[in-house]
Amino acid sequence: MSSFAIVVTAPNADSQSASSACHFIQAAVALGHTIKGVFFYGAGVHNANAFQTLLSDEFNILSHWRTLSDQHDIPLLVCVTAANRRGLQSELDAPNNGITDQFNLRPPFQSVGLGELVSLSQDVDRVLQF
Amino acid sequence: MKSLAIINQTSPYNSAQGQESLDLALAAATFGQQVSIIFADDGVFQLLANQQPEAIGAKNYSKTFAALEFYDIENIYVCKHSLVERHLTADDLCIDVLCIEPQEINHILVNHDLCLRF
Repeated sequence: MSSFAIVVTAPNADSQSASSACHFIQAAVALGHTIKGVFFYGAGVHNANAFQTLLSDEFNILSHWRTLSDQHDIPLLVCVTAANRRGLQSELDAPNNGITDQFNLRPPFQSVGLGELVSLSQDVDRVLQF
Repeated sequence: MKSLAIINQTSPYNSAQGQESLDLALAAATFGQQVSIIFADDGVFQLLANQQPEAIGAKNYSKTFAALEFYDIENIYVCKHSLVERHLTADDLCIDVLCIEPQEINHILVNHDLCLRF
C-alpha cells in the first residue's frame, strides 16, 4: 500500500480537476492506500470557500471535501497567502486583515503556510497534483 | 529531503501562477529542499528581461529571479524549442539559465522526487 499527498491547484468550479482529485482520493482509500493530506494552493484555494452554494443536483465539492476529511481523517491544508489573495479568510486571519464581521475558510480546512506542503511531501510515497 | 522540480508553462501576468510558483520555490529552498525550475511553452515569457508590468498594474516579480542563486536554486532550465518558437534567445532573458532540448526535460524530471506544474 502506498501513501499519497495531494496538491490541488485547480479551482472548484472552472475545471473538472478538483472533483477528479476527490474521486481519486475515494478510490485510493477504498483500495487501502493512505492519503496523508491535501494541500490547496493557487486557484485551488477556492475549493475551501465556505460560501459556495450549489444547485441541489450539482456535484457539491465542498461537502465532498468535508466528508473525505471526516471519514478518513485527511487534513485539508490551505495556503494562507494564496487564500487571502483570493478573498478567503479564516476566523483567525480575518481580524488580522481588518475583516471583523465574517470569515469563509472554516474547519476542516486549515489555514497554513507553504512549509506545510514541504513537510507533507516528505513522508509520502507520491505527490499528485490536480 | 526530497528534491523538487517545478515546471512553469504559463505566461507571467495572465494569472498568479508564475508568482505563486516562485513563492513555492523560495519556500521549499528555505526549508532545505533541493529545487530545480524548468520554464517551457509560454512560461519562458516569465524570464524576459526589462519587463514593465507596472503599466498594467501588475507586480514585477521577475526581479526576484536574480535572488534564486542566494537560495541555492542553481538549476534553472529553459526549453530551447520554446524560446525558438517565440523568436527569443537566452540573451533576451533576465538571468543566466541552462537552455535544454525538450527531450532533456524528461531526464531532469526522472532525477527529481517530486514535480509540480504551474
